Amino acid sequence: MATHSERVWHGGGQVVVTGDEEPRGLWSWLTTVDHKRIGQMYMGAGLFFFLLAGIEAFLMRLQLAQPDAHVVSAALFNQLFTMHGVTMVFLAGMPLLIGFINLVVPIQIGARDVAFPRLNALSLWLFIGGGLMLYTSWFFGGAPDAGWFNYVPISAGEFSPGPGVDFYDIGLQISGIGTLMTGINFLTTIINLRAPGMSWLRLPMFVWATFVTSLLIVFAFPPLTVNLFLQTFDRLFGAHFFTVSAGGSPLLWANLFWVFGHPEVYILIMPAFGIISEVVPVMSRRPLFGYTTMVLSVMAIGFLSFMVWVHHMFDLGYGPWVNSIFALSSMLIAVPTGVKIFNWLTTMWGGQVRMNTAMHWVFGFLITFVVGGMSGVMLALAPADLQFNNSYFVVAHFHYVLIGGTLFAIFAGMYYWFPKYTGRFLNERLGKWQFWLVFIGFNVTFFPMHFLGLMGMPRRIYTYAPHLGLTLWNSISTDGVYILTAGMIIGAINVLWSYGHGELAAADPWDGRTLEWAIPSPPPAYNFEYIPLVRGLDAFWVEKRYGNGRMLPAPEEHHGPPGTIHMPSPTAMPLFLALSIIVAGYGLILHSLVLDIIGFGFVAVGIYRSMFTVDHGYFVRPHHIEGVRADG
Amino acid sequence: MEEPETYTGALERALHISGSEIGGECRVASERARRIRRFLPWAVLLPAALSGCGLIDAPQSMLNPAGPVAQDQLGLIDSSIWVMTLVFVVVAGALLVILLRFRWRGQTELPPQWEGSTRLELLWTIVPFILLALLAVGTVRDSFVLAAPEGKNVLKVNVVGHQYWWSFSYPGTNIVTANELHIPVGQKVELVLTSADVIHAFWIPRLGGKTALVPGRTNIMWIEADQPGTYKGQCAEFCGTGHADMRLLVVAEPPAKFAQWEQQMEHPVVQPTSALAQQGEKYFASEQCSSCHTIGGTSFVGVVGPNLTNLAQRQMIAGNLLPNDAQDLAAWLKDPQAVKPGSLMPNLHLSPDKIKALVAFLQSLKTPAPSGSV
Amino acid sequence: MAEMHPPIGTHPVEMEMPAAPDNSVLGVWIWLSAESLFFASLIATFLLLHNQNNGGPSLGKLIDLPLTFVATVTLLSSSLTMALGYAQVLKQNYGGFRFWLVVTAILGLAFAGMQAFEFHHLYAEGFRLNSAPSGSAFFTLTGFHGLHVLFGAFWLISLLFFSFKREFVEEAAVKVKVLGLYWHFVDVVWVIIFTVVYLMGKVA
Repeated sequence: MATHSERVWHGGGQVVVTGDEEPRGLWSWLTTVDHKRIGQMYMGAGLFFFLLAGIEAFLMRLQLAQPDAHVVSAALFNQLFTMHGVTMVFLAGMPLLIGFINLVVPIQIGARDVAFPRLNALSLWLFIGGGLMLYTSWFFGGAPDAGWFNYVPISAGEFSPGPGVDFYDIGLQISGIGTLMTGINFLTTIINLRAPGMSWLRLPMFVWATFVTSLLIVFAFPPLTVNLFLQTFDRLFGAHFFTVSAGGSPLLWANLFWVFGHPEVYILIMPAFGIISEVVPVMSRRPLFGYTTMVLSVMAIGFLSFMVWVHHMFDLGYGPWVNSIFALSSMLIAVPTGVKIFNWLTTMWGGQVRMNTAMHWVFGFLITFVVGGMSGVMLALAPADLQFNNSYFVVAHFHYVLIGGTLFAIFAGMYYWFPKYTGRFLNERLGKWQFWLVFIGFNVTFFPMHFLGLMGMPRRIYTYAPHLGLTLWNSISTDGVYILTAGMIIGAINVLWSYGHGELAAADPWDGRTLEWAIPSPPPAYNFEYIPLVRGLDAFWVEKRYGNGRMLPAPEEHHGPPGTIHMPSPTAMPLFLALSIIVAGYGLILHSLVLDIIGFGFVAVGIYRSMFTVDHGYFVRPHHIEGVRADG
Repeated sequence: MEEPETYTGALERALHISGSEIGGECRVASERARRIRRFLPWAVLLPAALSGCGLIDAPQSMLNPAGPVAQDQLGLIDSSIWVMTLVFVVVAGALLVILLRFRWRGQTELPPQWEGSTRLELLWTIVPFILLALLAVGTVRDSFVLAAPEGKNVLKVNVVGHQYWWSFSYPGTNIVTANELHIPVGQKVELVLTSADVIHAFWIPRLGGKTALVPGRTNIMWIEADQPGTYKGQCAEFCGTGHADMRLLVVAEPPAKFAQWEQQMEHPVVQPTSALAQQGEKYFASEQCSSCHTIGGTSFVGVVGPNLTNLAQRQMIAGNLLPNDAQDLAAWLKDPQAVKPGSLMPNLHLSPDKIKALVAFLQSLKTPAPSGSV
Repeated sequence: MAEMHPPIGTHPVEMEMPAAPDNSVLGVWIWLSAESLFFASLIATFLLLHNQNNGGPSLGKLIDLPLTFVATVTLLSSSLTMALGYAQVLKQNYGGFRFWLVVTAILGLAFAGMQAFEFHHLYAEGFRLNSAPSGSAFFTLTGFHGLHVLFGAFWLISLLFFSFKREFVEEAAVKVKVLGLYWHFVDVVWVIIFTVVYLMGKVA
């Protein structure tokens, strides 16, 4: 396979591969630079880590179902909640969203791939590598156990001597660098690769959400990178950034972390907003209400997300002035968020809403996200937050936002886009079962956590006293987990079954509005046989309503000669580079000079090869140039 | 709280409410509700909580304030809950109407293709802004009110967090105690907080919100108890293996009784009467207990572990994890980590006889109240 | 709430799409803006911790300002030579380009050498990465900058080798432009570090 492809594709850009069959086999996936395959691998790996984090959550709820229980030990419990948080945020939530971004954004802007396809593959492998590396910590003396925000000094060498926190620092560093590259890649893609006519105010909302998310990534991840470096130096080389006795500052970690951490939670919700903004208009058969306002509110939320980080630290003693200012800025975020919710409602109000499974998830999203948003405003009230902070009320809040918000939107997106990328529908009957079980199970699990917080239960405790009155709600919460789990299993069955046996989907099954519905399901590797000309917001809808139902081709200077499509070559270099970086990371954690030299040496070679290997790509000549189908 | 009658009644009521809310189409909803009832009896209990069942009488409930700080904070929580409920009802109501009225029923004609309305969008920009502005007033006011205690009659207490226990000292006196904070009722108490190791947080929900104890830094918070009582809390910033077991007691007493406690702590008397207790005092020195613990009124002045002055007068031991009785004291001395995982108190592998003697000694650590006092 | 869908086809395509910069150039700009945040965080860390000497020597007394000034001039002049090299590429004078590339790399390596000398001196005085928070912050900030200079030198030399290859010509302008952007950025960061760490440190 490899030799064959080299001979054909690296011939100075002259050889034409006739035919549009896609290469198969494991190697073709490991070396792919196709944004759709990369997106699917993001989704697959994200779901895998989601499963791991779910198991961790399950164990924690078993432990907390009764007071003074001994399902897991205190030490293991601390590892479980740390890994659960880290996994859900970095290895499940973001990858699932980045998966959608990869799958959808290039097509929605009328492009054949992202700006830097090889970098995109590198991002993927760094994420997967960093994530797996983090999980190998269980085999090297225990996982990180200082919480997902890993405050110092509890995470300092003095109090966490094992390698767990080193895995946190270096595993997250590696996967974080991958994320940063994704941000750079998609900003460049959206700025540069829009099809002719796709002006800024014709971008689909999901693309806008991706744009702002990428900006947040580019500006929020560097402080995390620095923070992780500082701690790595403290722990591995004896530096004193956080050593209190030497004059170091624990609050430096807290501030740098939340300067990253708050935008991070918006990185987790912004693409979810984008998904909802795609599904709602299509399923209501009308344009998104107040498109321009929606764009402005996404930007406002992104901007404000950098102004609110102290609200995670109201109890750290910054005084009434600082607390008041950050309380006000935090409350302000509710305004643009509220605008979005009411605009979604108005889009449906007076429309013709199809209550299929995707739309069930949208309704679930709106209900639970509003609850999470409301408790978020309550947390922003600094004096009240002194009570809420670090209690189960906070746990309830962010699960309402991250499950009820992000995850429900991810499921909405899955039911909405699955037919596009696999050519088959997810089963609607199973889907509705999944929805109701998850929706009910979720609320039974997490709503009582509000009460537990009000009743004075702090988060991150492995057990609680029987006389505190916390038993009833804790046991109810654990009962909810069984329902939730049942729903998730049905969802998993649905995905696995439908992948091979689902009902066949046409190109445009929902009467869609954006460009991905103008190409076949599943899309060919090159997405578009010709670059489309965009003549309005909701490009495809406009052509269906006012044109002849097909996208017009853009003038020829915007793409190659008709019928011949230039594609980037597959390459193993991203995988090689990622592996080298992982080896170097292990070298640091295990204090192995040999691994360091091998790892960093290969990194240097890899970087040189990546920078100075000219990829001439290859050409595809589709068998059937049949134009873009409007109705599948 | 867990009475079956209330529970069943709430179940029935809740079933109807949640059935019509979540289903949309009533026929479908009632079908689903039946299924829910069969499989998931807990699912419908949620609204029952609104009755307050168990929420207010929990010992650590912030909804049952016992002092002005917690009272202020609850006021803010209450007003925000009303505003938030209002918003939720509007959104949920809109969703319900959409479900009932704006479903696609096979029409081929498109619905009106509205693209936006400046007037409407201004409406839902400005109205939330006003609601938030109302909440902002209280937020800023309370932030300043709660920042530091006003007035002269303020009792100051230095609090130091340790893995996994609390140290309290009263400036201007020689009183040092651990885990059980004594305060007078009706007087503002300023807590000066710092930590000896990692970040902890001091939290007694019924007396006020939490403030972190950060190593290398001093934070201030204040509390005040309106009525005498024992108020519970626990460490609220993750601090390691023993975090869950790092619990707190605040004993609020009428001023006269507090003065008496101060007197006893200032002038502790150690008089082990029984032979066993006297033996225990010797073990306390010979078995290295005294290298970590101080006991007022003796020559034991260790500073690593909690101060044990008048230990027998405390309600709890082991960071307020266990009741202060002979049995639990013995278990604690025998194997601290078995009782409290992560505890830094070493397991000295004491023989049962020595444990017995030490328990007798520790139980003798109480200073008799002066005659004629309350 | 009226229907206001714009009739299609009213916007000429040309007006919608101003000429975009090359992907690599744009990507490097975005990458460098992330780098700005990276150095901003490090500088903030330094400002927070630069007086925490843990009983050891303070940086202000140890700074050798003349040496650092020479290093600064060296690095700044390498920006100039980089620009001259880019000018030669635009003229398609690849010999001239290679000359300036080599000069730039030498200047960069000279800067790194002076920094290494300075680090050695500071270490001898007991001001170290692991001596105090101020040392940790100083060496991390200037060390990361030094690594950027070294990476730039690696890039310069790699490009020199690459410039003898057949493919170089077709991509020369872009390849050199992105390297130039990076190199100028590293210089600008140094100007800030020189001001904040050295000048302000000496004054204080």
